Amino acid sequence: MNIQIFLSFLKIGLVGFGGGPSMIPLIHDEVVKRRQWVSDDDFSNILAIANTLPGPIATKLPGYIGYKVNGIFGCILGVLAITVPMIFAMVILLGAFNHYQNIVWIRGMGQAVVPVVMIMMLQLTWDFFKKAKSSLGLYVTIPMVVVVGGLIFGLGMHPATIILVLLVVAVITPVTIRSLR
Amino acid sequence: MLYLEIFLAFFIPNSIGYGGGPAIIPLIEAEVVARYGWMSAAQFAETLALGNTLPSPIATKMAGQIGYDVGGVWGGVIAVVATVAPSLVLMLGAIGLMTKFKTSPRVKRMSRWVLPVVAVLMALLTVSFMRESLSSSGPLHTVIIAAVAALLLVRLNLHPSIAIVFSLAYGAIFLG
Repeated sequence: MNIQIFLSFLKIGLVGFGGGPSMIPLIHDEVVKRRQWVSDDDFSNILAIANTLPGPIATKLPGYIGYKVNGIFGCILGVLAITVPMIFAMVILLGAFNHYQNIVWIRGMGQAVVPVVMIMMLQLTWDFFKKAKSSLGLYVTIPMVVVVGGLIFGLGMHPATIILVLLVVAVITPVTIRSLR
Repeated sequence: MLYLEIFLAFFIPNSIGYGGGPAIIPLIEAEVVARYGWMSAAQFAETLALGNTLPSPIATKMAGQIGYDVGGVWGGVIAVVATVAPSLVLMLGAIGLMTKFKTSPRVKRMSRWVLPVVAVLMALLTVSFMRESLSSSGPLHTVIIAAVAALLLVRLNLHPSIAIVFSLAYGAIFLG
């Protein structure tokens, strides 16, 4: 199990170009679809909480998923697997090259991955939209998407604020019979 | 004392910065360039340029490299721990609480309510990646790579690494 945690996040770390957030669809594909360590619903909760907390996203996800699969040891393994190899690569490359910007073909590779990530992110958007639709219904999902999208895109509100407000409202408002269905 | 400074230089930005690693980079620059003067703005930009060409999270690569540069191996370890640990501990605590009360109707309601927000978040990231690709690779390459990726991932339902390997080869040949 430990080896599988390590290999899964090592693989994601090695193909995940473009910073942490671009790794979200890769992590989803691996831990939800292939390994089935977490369900789709859990993954949505994890993403929501990770976005409400400060700090890097791509270490919180492997850390928590590793923890869920195999406790503290799994957590540490997940984080090490996704971070350490490229820290070494960076230290070594900076020691070896003075003008590493000249390695243009590596930069070209990094750029070319972005559209692939975009397509995967689009798939994930659609997945979560369908999930919201089946659990809240179209008449709740559409207005929520429009309002939340407007607040973030139009007014520049931070997503963390919106999630935090939703969580607080969910905790403090009374639970009616209707909302239990 | 140096180790404490390294710890704080990475602990503070990662404890107050939202939106993932790339959004936190300017806060880290403020610490290591402006406050502690460990490197010049140009050196920071060069380190970031290399960091962006490599895969895996950007915040930990920067922490590892700068920490190592300033304080050796232990400097690197301390910088990475200061980057990862605070938010990870909060994360484990928050999800632990949610799991403990998962049968509560309020927590169930929470999980359902955040679904549309998560969908919007993913849509926002999709748009930001589209903009990034249009400005770095141009419309032609973006459309070609995206079309092939959609074919491989959506139509043929292949493993993402196949689409990524295709794009890496394409990038090395046509964007290099």
